[in-house]
Amino acid sequence: MRGGLERAVAIGGSAGAVQALLKILPALPADYPHPVLVVVHVPAGRDNALVPLFQARAKVAVKEAEDKEPAQPGFVYFAPADYHLLVEADETLSLSSDEPVNMSRPAIDVLFESAADAFGARLTAVVLTGANADGAEGLRAVVAAGGEALVEDPADAYAPAMPEAALKAGRGARCMSLEAIASHLLKLGTA
Amino acid sequence: MSPVVRGNVEDLEIRLLLDALFHRYHYDFRNYARASIKRRLVQARDQLGFASLSAMQESLLHDPATLGRLLGYLTVQVSEMFRDPGYFRALRERVLPHLKTYPSLKVWVAGCSHGEEVYSLAILFREEGLEERTIFYATDINPAALKAAEAGVYPLDQVKKFTTNHQKSGGRSSLSDYYTADYGRAIFDKSLRSRVVFSDHSLVTDAVFGEMHLISCRNVLIYFDRALQDRAIGLFRDSLARKGFLGLGSKESLRFSSHAGAFTDFVREEKIYQRQDA
Repeated sequence: MRGGLERAVAIGGSAGAVQALLKILPALPADYPHPVLVVVHVPAGRDNALVPLFQARAKVAVKEAEDKEPAQPGFVYFAPADYHLLVEADETLSLSSDEPVNMSRPAIDVLFESAADAFGARLTAVVLTGANADGAEGLRAVVAAGGEALVEDPADAYAPAMPEAALKAGRGARCMSLEAIASHLLKLGTA
Repeated sequence: MSPVVRGNVEDLEIRLLLDALFHRYHYDFRNYARASIKRRLVQARDQLGFASLSAMQESLLHDPATLGRLLGYLTVQVSEMFRDPGYFRALRERVLPHLKTYPSLKVWVAGCSHGEEVYSLAILFREEGLEERTIFYATDINPAALKAAEAGVYPLDQVKKFTTNHQKSGGRSSLSDYYTADYGRAIFDKSLRSRVVFSDHSLVTDAVFGEMHLISCRNVLIYFDRALQDRAIGLFRDSLARKGFLGLGSKESLRFSSHAGAFTDFVREEKIYQRQDA
C-alpha cells in the first residue's frame, strides 16, 4: 500500500529542541517538496505554542497535525500536546491518547516507528537534543526499514543524552551538526 | 518456486488476527486506525510472551482466556477525571442551563473505559442540581473495563490531578467529599453510580438504544478510520433528542463527517456540538 509521497522527514527533540529547530525549519523554502513531521516534548496544555512560534519564522507552512489529515509536501506538522502523532499506511496522520511512551506524550518513538512502517526507505528521521532516550527505539526501526537516520552531534547538543542514545540504537545513523542537518534536508528538496 | 507476494508479513498477520477476532468473538477492530492497533498488538505479543502475532492468533482462536487478556491491550484507555477542565466548565456554564429545562435527562458516555468521565459527569450534575432527574449510560466493549468502571477505585496518586482538574472546571465542592482513601486507593462513593447504568455496547456493531440529551465520547473516534468515525457519528445523530448535545475530544471534530450538517457548533473551542432539527 505504498502511498504517493516521494519522501518524508520526521524530527524529534526534547530539551533545547526549539533552539535547534530554529536552525532547521526556517531554512526550508516555501515549496519544500516533502512533509515534515515534528514531535517536541512539551508539557500537556491546551495550546501548542510551537506552532505560532514557527509560523512566524518559517517559509514553509506550519500547523498542528490533525487526526486523519493527509501528510502533504510543503507542510510542517507539529504533534499536539498530550497526543501521540502517528502515520498510517495511506500516508494520513493519526493521533492517539494511548499511554505515554518513555514518559512522553507525544513520544518520538511512536512517530518514528509508525513513519518507518509507512515510508520505509523514503523516510529521513532526525533526532535532536534531549535529556532522555525517547527516539532511540524509533530510530532503530527507521534504520531497519531502510530509512535514513540523522542525529545531532551530542558534543554540540544542549542536552546530549537523547542523541547519544539514538546513535547507540540506530546503527548507521549519521552524527551531524545542526547546520549540516539543515543543509542535508534542503538538498533532499532539490535532488 | 511460486512467487512470494511482497509486503510486510507483520501487516498481514495483523489483518488475519483482526479477522480471527471478529469471526470468532464478534469484536470488530478491522476499521480501527491501523498504526495504533499495530503498536498495541505488538505490545500484547511481547508482554504476553508470544513469539509472533500468528502464534497469538492461534491461542486466541482456541483459548477464550486469551481474548480477555488481548482486549485489555486493544481497548483500555488511560484517562483522568475532569480531563480537559475547559470542557467540563463549558458543560457547566453553557450546556447544563439548557438541560435544566427538561424534566428528565439521559446522558451517554460512549467508550467509558474505567469510568473517570462518567463519575466526573455525575459529580458535575450533582453540583448543578440535575443528578436526581438524570440517567447516565456508561458503555464500553471491554467487560473488564466496565467492571473497573463500576468499582470506581483509582490509584490515590492520580487523585491529585483529578482534584486540580475538578477545581479548574469550576467545581463547587471538594473532590475529597466523594471518595475515601484506603491503602493508596481512592474509593469513590457508591451513591455517584446510583443513577448510572453500565452496559456493553459497541459503536462499531451495535445500534441506538435510547434518546439522549447529552452524549460525551472523547478520544474514542481518533482510534477509528474515516468510515467507522462516520458510522459512530451517525449513531450519535440518531440517538440525540432534538437540540441534544454531543461532546468530542479536543482533537476530534465533525468537519470531515457526512453527518456534519445535522449539527451546529455550540462551544466550538471545546468541541461541543448541538443536534439540529431533522
